[in-house]
Amino acid sequence: MHDLQPVTALGGADPHIDTFDHITITGNNGLALASVAARMGHEKACHTALKKLLGTVPAPGKAVLHDPEAGFWMGPDQWMIGAPRETHELLADALKNKFGDAASVTEQSGAWVCFDVIGPAMPDLCERLCAVPIRRMVAGDAQRTMIHQLGCFVIRRDNPEHIRILGPRASAGSLHHALITAAHSVG
Amino acid sequence: MTQVNRLAGGQIDRTKTCNFTFDGNPYAGHSGDTLASALLANGVRLMGRSFKYHRPRGVLTAGSEEPNALVELRGGARQEPNTRATTIELYDGLLAKSQNHMGSLRFDLLAINDRLSNFLTAGFYYKTFMWPAAFWEKLYEPIIRKAAGLGSLSLKDDPDVYDKGFLHCDLLIIGAGPAGLMAALIAGRAGADVIIADEDFALGGRLNSETLSIADQSGADWAAATIAELSSLPNVRIMPRTTVIGAFDHGIYGAVERVGDHLHTPDANKPRQVLWRIYTQKTILAAGAIERPIAFENNDRPGIMLGSALRTYANRFAVAADKRVAIFTNNNDGHRTAADLHAKGVKISAVVDVRPDAPRSMDYEVLQGEVVDTKGRLGLTFAEVKLADGSIRTLECGALGMSGGWNPNVHMTCHQRGRPVWNDGIAAFVPGADLPTGMIVAGAANGDMSTAGALKGGATAAKLALGLKGRLPKLPKAEDAPINLKPFWYVKGCSRAWLDQQNDVTVKDVKLSHQEGFRSVEHLKRYTTLGMATDQGKTSNMGGLAIMAELAGKAIPEVGTTIFRPPYTPTAIGALGGRHRGQEFHPKRLTPSHKWAEEHGAVFVEVGNWLRAQWFPREGETTWRESVDREVLATRKSVGVCDVTTLGKVDVQGTDAADFLNKIYCNGFAKLAVGKTRYGLMLREDGIAMDDGTAARLAEDHFVVTTTTANALPVYRHMEFVRQCLFPDIDVQLISTTEAWAQYAVAGPNSRNLLSAIVDQVISNEAFPFMACANITICGGLRARLFRISFSGELAYEIAVPTEYGDALMRKIMEVGAQYDVTPYGTEALGVMRIEKGHAAGNELNGTTTALNLGMARMVSKKKDSIGSTLSERDGLNGDGQLSQVGIKPVDPNDPVPAGAHLMDADGPVDAAHDQGYATSACYSPHLGHAIAIGFLKNGTDRMGERMRLVSPLTGVDVQVEITSAHFIDPEGERLRA
Amino acid sequence: MIIDHPLLGPRDASEFTYMGDAKLIDRPDWQSQTAAQEFYEYGYLRDNPAGWHEELWFHEAGDRSWLVVTRNTVTHDISKVELARDVARARGRSK
Repeated sequence: MHDLQPVTALGGADPHIDTFDHITITGNNGLALASVAARMGHEKACHTALKKLLGTVPAPGKAVLHDPEAGFWMGPDQWMIGAPRETHELLADALKNKFGDAASVTEQSGAWVCFDVIGPAMPDLCERLCAVPIRRMVAGDAQRTMIHQLGCFVIRRDNPEHIRILGPRASAGSLHHALITAAHSVG
Repeated sequence: MTQVNRLAGGQIDRTKTCNFTFDGNPYAGHSGDTLASALLANGVRLMGRSFKYHRPRGVLTAGSEEPNALVELRGGARQEPNTRATTIELYDGLLAKSQNHMGSLRFDLLAINDRLSNFLTAGFYYKTFMWPAAFWEKLYEPIIRKAAGLGSLSLKDDPDVYDKGFLHCDLLIIGAGPAGLMAALIAGRAGADVIIADEDFALGGRLNSETLSIADQSGADWAAATIAELSSLPNVRIMPRTTVIGAFDHGIYGAVERVGDHLHTPDANKPRQVLWRIYTQKTILAAGAIERPIAFENNDRPGIMLGSALRTYANRFAVAADKRVAIFTNNNDGHRTAADLHAKGVKISAVVDVRPDAPRSMDYEVLQGEVVDTKGRLGLTFAEVKLADGSIRTLECGALGMSGGWNPNVHMTCHQRGRPVWNDGIAAFVPGADLPTGMIVAGAANGDMSTAGALKGGATAAKLALGLKGRLPKLPKAEDAPINLKPFWYVKGCSRAWLDQQNDVTVKDVKLSHQEGFRSVEHLKRYTTLGMATDQGKTSNMGGLAIMAELAGKAIPEVGTTIFRPPYTPTAIGALGGRHRGQEFHPKRLTPSHKWAEEHGAVFVEVGNWLRAQWFPREGETTWRESVDREVLATRKSVGVCDVTTLGKVDVQGTDAADFLNKIYCNGFAKLAVGKTRYGLMLREDGIAMDDGTAARLAEDHFVVTTTTANALPVYRHMEFVRQCLFPDIDVQLISTTEAWAQYAVAGPNSRNLLSAIVDQVISNEAFPFMACANITICGGLRARLFRISFSGELAYEIAVPTEYGDALMRKIMEVGAQYDVTPYGTEALGVMRIEKGHAAGNELNGTTTALNLGMARMVSKKKDSIGSTLSERDGLNGDGQLSQVGIKPVDPNDPVPAGAHLMDADGPVDAAHDQGYATSACYSPHLGHAIAIGFLKNGTDRMGERMRLVSPLTGVDVQVEITSAHFIDPEGERLRA
Repeated sequence: MIIDHPLLGPRDASEFTYMGDAKLIDRPDWQSQTAAQEFYEYGYLRDNPAGWHEELWFHEAGDRSWLVVTRNTVTHDISKVELARDVARARGRSK
């Protein structure tokens, strides 16, 4: 076993939590991520493997909120798969074994910062951040959008007051600042 | 001061008193007042001075169309100039000042301009400040600048914050008067997602200004009840204090919500205003209409205002503009004003009506005639009326209402280049057929001037917008009387009769404009400034058009209107900027070693959004050069480490991955062995170099491609273009992994020794030679990638781990490397070492250079098709006289060789015609002990050893230099392969 | 503007990067006898119509699809939006 300690996207060992009366913003450090892209001519096999993994193939603009692996559509014939880091540190390798020649798999765990935004003011907060039609989105909707000039994924979870935001990890501080600022604004 | 002009009733909250200050004098008003209504209640009619002639001015209107009563609101850093007193919601502690005067408001020294009015007519600037040309910059411009403008800026940072936001709806309703409210009610009850926005803080529009009833309620009560019902509907969002400022393409609207302007100070962390971007399927424009004045001699004295404004002040704000009021009208609306004021106990001096068939009244005198002049230095005292029989009658009055008819508020209907059409029935422009996508116009904005018409228009529009089936619900009974207007724009024979009070444009100016040939409306506007500035001619344009039409012998619609553009009312730059200012102008990107670098005192530099360590000063170092020189020398002597995560990384996979690289790079990749890395040069299709980097083959079907930091995004976009648009069946999958991996360059003769202590595999020169790459593990099992590539010219590696381990790896390298005195280095040392080595970077790949210029002509493979290969063979980019990359060193080692300076023959002339080339990148080389540069020189490869001049006339540099190889160190590359 | 993405539905144009004439899909054959002339025309000659225009837009802040958008340059009306990959295939491009 190696002795290198990972740090969260905001620095430090433990995820950051910001609590307001009406909203809680939690850094989610527990996600392993990998992208899966169907190889040309192997789309069917890729779909079959996705279905086996997630139950269904995420359609454009959709996520499949499944345990332990979940996934969402990123682009034509491309999906992002997520799973708990604790049990799936080597998610990309595991997926490559499952998909074989049907897909190209790329580790993405280090590329993203994840925030869970939960609370009754979540839709108000989203309206100050990005152009997604938050009040019309339902559980399992996943949209890519711009937040503070950063390309982010916004995923509507089962809890109607919960949204998950994936953003570029190098800008975790700026994204976090934007979320906190918006939480103050709508308080 | 007491509120001498306060009447009974109104919609103000008399239980809440707001103390405020105007020009240093204390006054009191009530919650629900505007600054204008509170000032009038206190008997203050004089509120400002006019733009050009500094004439005393008061309010003309009671709304956002106000041209005159502009004040400086608040103080200190929050001071805001040119704010309309008619829209400022009164709050306790409000502070306002009048503007545009030298000395006091009552005795403005610049009022001398009024005496000079014969000289200051339209086109004055164009005619006067022509010659001598030399006077312009020194004399004319400073004087004009001092006199120009109205309010003053605080010149301090705005302490408040502004938000942006995004809303989605089925139906956006602009305006919450009778038409808007009725539309919202029907759409809301039908379950549609509705947003109803109104610029006013009190919703109801004209219903709050009138005594008219709807069904068995007063209009204001009906509005309140309707708003109460709308508030109970979860699908309806009611947005008071929200101005929709523009209609953009495809159903996108901009709106400014003033969430903090009515507060003494916005709450901490809360925005003052929010700029909303609203996405809607349909829009109902129910923005009402604006009354128009009539032009007559001296029609601009404080106390002279629109009839509807008098009515609004009386009915909504319980304020009489003065104890004695006269009305000048060409339609029945003026009589309604008189009746309302009379009912409130205000003395009506007379109603002057231009129509012979005007309605009579038992309560006050109605005169057929025209107001031909007025008196009163700082406020109206008398009006002179010329009666139908030609006699003159003088009316004593402190306020005079002008009712010249109503202009539908067509502004927003024209934002997508629609043009309004003329309606003879109301003698006004109404919306044309060419509306912005999804827009329907209702109520007065559509020319339906009665309350009943507005209710019906709103209901019909809602039904149409949502495609509702069935009949309209029964609408409440409301007033439905025509206003019987006789078009009347100005009193004949007048000259100093104001059309545009904001810009001091008179009837005479329009005549002058016509006389001098500026007859198109757009020329008229520019020549006279009619309709410019904050009010954009909302009350003045029509009068100007009508007079121009008359002079040109045309009908008004033939003259047409100027183009209406967003924003509808003035919008603060702060609102447009939102949160993106100062440190938040753009997001920051931090490298994985950022925290470590901060701990070690790094100086950071912005590279795009990235913050990179520029150098790491040590104690005792007083200049940046000392730090950089030390970092370079230490790296070349032992080992250095640098965070290179910012380089773009693209994961390229698929069975055609090698073919794909063959297409995007001009050099070949098909034969690159697994486990090897190769430099790649990417051309644009025109043959110019676009970017360079490396491609590491981790498997038959898997490459990792790097790009320069600056070009990461455009290169990725280009790669997707090639993949999707040019070779749609190629089996390649792309994804950016720039941020997925933390990557460090470890360079210097001890780099292998250092890394051997971290990497789990053997990395001897035999096992892991120059340009090798591999998936490895480190520190007993962490997945990592190792590339033996060098930007510094030293034995060097780049090592990558998943980003979350980047911080730990940096600390590990420093810990393990301590025995080799490992030195962290920043972008400056990185730059110095690459210049010493002669590696091209952004300054050389500058959008004008080819592979040939870069000394890589032979890399462009002729055996395959790649982007740019065909056009790189063009004659103009080849043959004699082309630039090629060279090294430049000063003959005198103490001389500088600055980048940007040009190479000239040693004894030839120094001018553009004899230009031989230029230096692109320069630095002090601690290795050589003098400045060096690389650059481009005509036929440079054949001119090694030549002495030339390096000149920069701009900075006064002129030094003797010698042309050398660009590889200042280790030209044979022995260190790389050691 | 709103671009009706064939997979994702209506999206704000601010999510896209504009490249220009969709004729850029029709890259000449490098082995053609007249390749130099054809590449010159491909690289430099464009129509600039006041009216309908087929354009390439990249959904950079979205799904990374290149789209061919048929847009009226005068009114900004958009009559058709297709995946550029489908258009390229329909025009006979492969690999």
